[in-house]
Amino acid sequence: MFTELSNNSNWLPYTFAFLIGLSMLLYAILDGYDLGVGMLSQFVEDNERERMIASIGPFWDANETWLVLGVGLLLVAFPAAHGIVLTSLYLPVAFMIIALIFRGVSFDFRKKAPPKDRATWNRAFSWSSLLISLTQGYMLGRFITGFQQGVYSELFAIFFGFLVVAGYLLMGSCWLILKTENELQKKAVSWAKKALWSMVIGAILSSLTAVFVDTRIYDRMFSFPELTLLIAMPLASMALTLIMHFILGVLPLEGDRLSWMPFAISVFIFILGFTGLVYSFYPYIVPGHLKITDGASAGESLAVILIGTAIVFPFLIGYTFLAYRIFNGKAQDLTYN
Amino acid sequence: MDEFALSRIQFAVNITFHILFPTITIALGWLLLFFKIRFHTTRESKWMELYFFFTKIFALTFSLGVVSGVTMSFQFGTNWPGYMNTVGNIAGPLLAYEVLTAFFLEATFLGIMLYGFKKVPAWLHTLATSLVAIGTTLSAFWILVLNSWMHTPAGHIMIDGVAHVDNWMEVILNPSMPYRLLHTLASSGLTVAFLTAGLLAYRYLNNDRRLAVTSGLRVTILAAVILAPLQAFLGDLHGVNTREHQPQKLAAMEALWESENGAPMVLFALPDEEAKENKFEIAIPKLASLIATRDLNGHIRGLEEFEGNHPPVAPVFWSFRIMVGVGFLMIAVSFAAGYLVVLKRTYPKLTLKILVAMTFSGWVATIAGWYVTEIGRQPWLVQGILLSKDAVAELPPSHVGLTLFVYCATYATLLIAYIGALYYLSKKEISTQFQLA
Repeated sequence: MFTELSNNSNWLPYTFAFLIGLSMLLYAILDGYDLGVGMLSQFVEDNERERMIASIGPFWDANETWLVLGVGLLLVAFPAAHGIVLTSLYLPVAFMIIALIFRGVSFDFRKKAPPKDRATWNRAFSWSSLLISLTQGYMLGRFITGFQQGVYSELFAIFFGFLVVAGYLLMGSCWLILKTENELQKKAVSWAKKALWSMVIGAILSSLTAVFVDTRIYDRMFSFPELTLLIAMPLASMALTLIMHFILGVLPLEGDRLSWMPFAISVFIFILGFTGLVYSFYPYIVPGHLKITDGASAGESLAVILIGTAIVFPFLIGYTFLAYRIFNGKAQDLTYN
Repeated sequence: MDEFALSRIQFAVNITFHILFPTITIALGWLLLFFKIRFHTTRESKWMELYFFFTKIFALTFSLGVVSGVTMSFQFGTNWPGYMNTVGNIAGPLLAYEVLTAFFLEATFLGIMLYGFKKVPAWLHTLATSLVAIGTTLSAFWILVLNSWMHTPAGHIMIDGVAHVDNWMEVILNPSMPYRLLHTLASSGLTVAFLTAGLLAYRYLNNDRRLAVTSGLRVTILAAVILAPLQAFLGDLHGVNTREHQPQKLAAMEALWESENGAPMVLFALPDEEAKENKFEIAIPKLASLIATRDLNGHIRGLEEFEGNHPPVAPVFWSFRIMVGVGFLMIAVSFAAGYLVVLKRTYPKLTLKILVAMTFSGWVATIAGWYVTEIGRQPWLVQGILLSKDAVAELPPSHVGLTLFVYCATYATLLIAYIGALYYLSKKEISTQFQLA
């Protein structure tokens, strides 16, 4: 059966490219909001910090697993691409990992270490969240330019890092608008406004720098009919940004109405931005280096993974949904018993 | 040093740090489930006290295991691209199945297990606890399938230097897998038995004499009494399997330079790779043959047969002795403690102090055991298929040196913080009045 499936193996690499993209998008949205909350947690006092972290406590670990899945699928389906990406980004990857380590453990240590060390672990939690966001954005920027050398492509990557930090901050604030009440919720609204406009600035700066770097993105942009799509996406993002700005201006409303809206809109902005990016360097898996059809793993191995994915995926969605159902509503303080 | 040596040290540091935590969570998950079920059948609150106390430790240990595991999966790509390029068709699906079937399961249900006690019905909470235990064990299964395949590859064909799967059942049930899996699971059980007994003994010595402490001590010591001799038995089977499939590793474990009928068991020696002999050797005649072949005059192949193709002798030889030594110490201590604490229901100070001293003994034996098997596979990364030196990435040595330094500093910090937190949590528990919410 595996051989039959893999005989016409051309569709398999595309399926896997899609799955990798989906995992990465889900990761950016899901871990995006909890990284955002992590960065914001340094701006408040202890009791509010507890609330904020309680709102992400049951979820963050599973959120991070999407990164493991995305990178893992890249590793198994496109080993050559994985090698190029990870060896080109050796140092930023290492810094991101160190930050991931500190973030993951400070989540526990901030409650379980002796009280005198807790302030340190709280700081570690927040700063590592920032470092993760920054390195992820920077690496994405390097990736988009195909790891080109030079001042402009470095600058582009740095601006892109700024953009991603702002994006995660926006997701985090919007998550808090949804999951908190009273004073903290009001703070979250004002954070969201700042994050929204920082994101716009980040997008403008990186777009301007991009003009000096990457020619291929623009080749595609100026050919018809792609042009219409690539213009439609930023326009849609701009419209969403304006809607978001308006809604943030009136929140919080009586009876907590519309508190879900900012989060929903920020998810849409992420989806649009992500799709736009992917679309601009399709059919490359590593822009300027490898196409999706180059260097994929053997068809029979991919088929085996795909079958496993197809079986497990509904369960995965099911129990993720269950977890969000159970911890639905405004965040309460976390206790084990 | 070149990037090969640095990358090897970096991976060794990483995997040594990583294994400390899964080796606890695999068995601790099942112990938690045991406490939970005992509570539901007896309604005695002491079981829930134990459950919550060790849940805190489980959560902390789990997060350390996750983050250090993520690091390793990245290092495959950053430092060892040759590994996936050569055996990716086998390693890829196995790693993917680990993420798909185990990682999401544990991560999601851990959230419910930790924070959902008041929010979900009791049965769902127990189900979440058991799914977390199943998840950690499944994860161990997939990773040990892959690791065993690297020692005893089977079920594949090589096409243009790349391994392709011929038969998945043979890949999964490769010759060393059942032995390695059982040996590793038992080592997790034994590590947890001594860890939990050690922490409870610490609480008892600090005047915490509640039922949770005494009952907990009896349960965990009993687990050690059963697991310690079982582990010696499983380890012995694994050794026989090694003689058959990786004779060069067994020769290094025994520091046996020449092939022999009726080979002696070397108790102490300083193996000398240059002179190909042992200095200051103390040995028991014929014992190694008896153990590995079940025959006093059985044939064991010496290192001379594997010239240039066998692991460095001294580290394998010594790691093996440390593992076995700690193992026998565990048998002796568990039997003595079993007699005094479980049978006679006494809590002598000296016994408890020894248990406190042995709290992390499982870590020592586990790491030593992994060194035997992993260093024992060198110079191969995948036995007979891929040499370690052919898998490494060309990187600037200064970059690898920098990251190695940062990893070492990080891990040292975290290890100190982890052990500190375990004792802090134990102390805090002593002064907390337990109330079942």
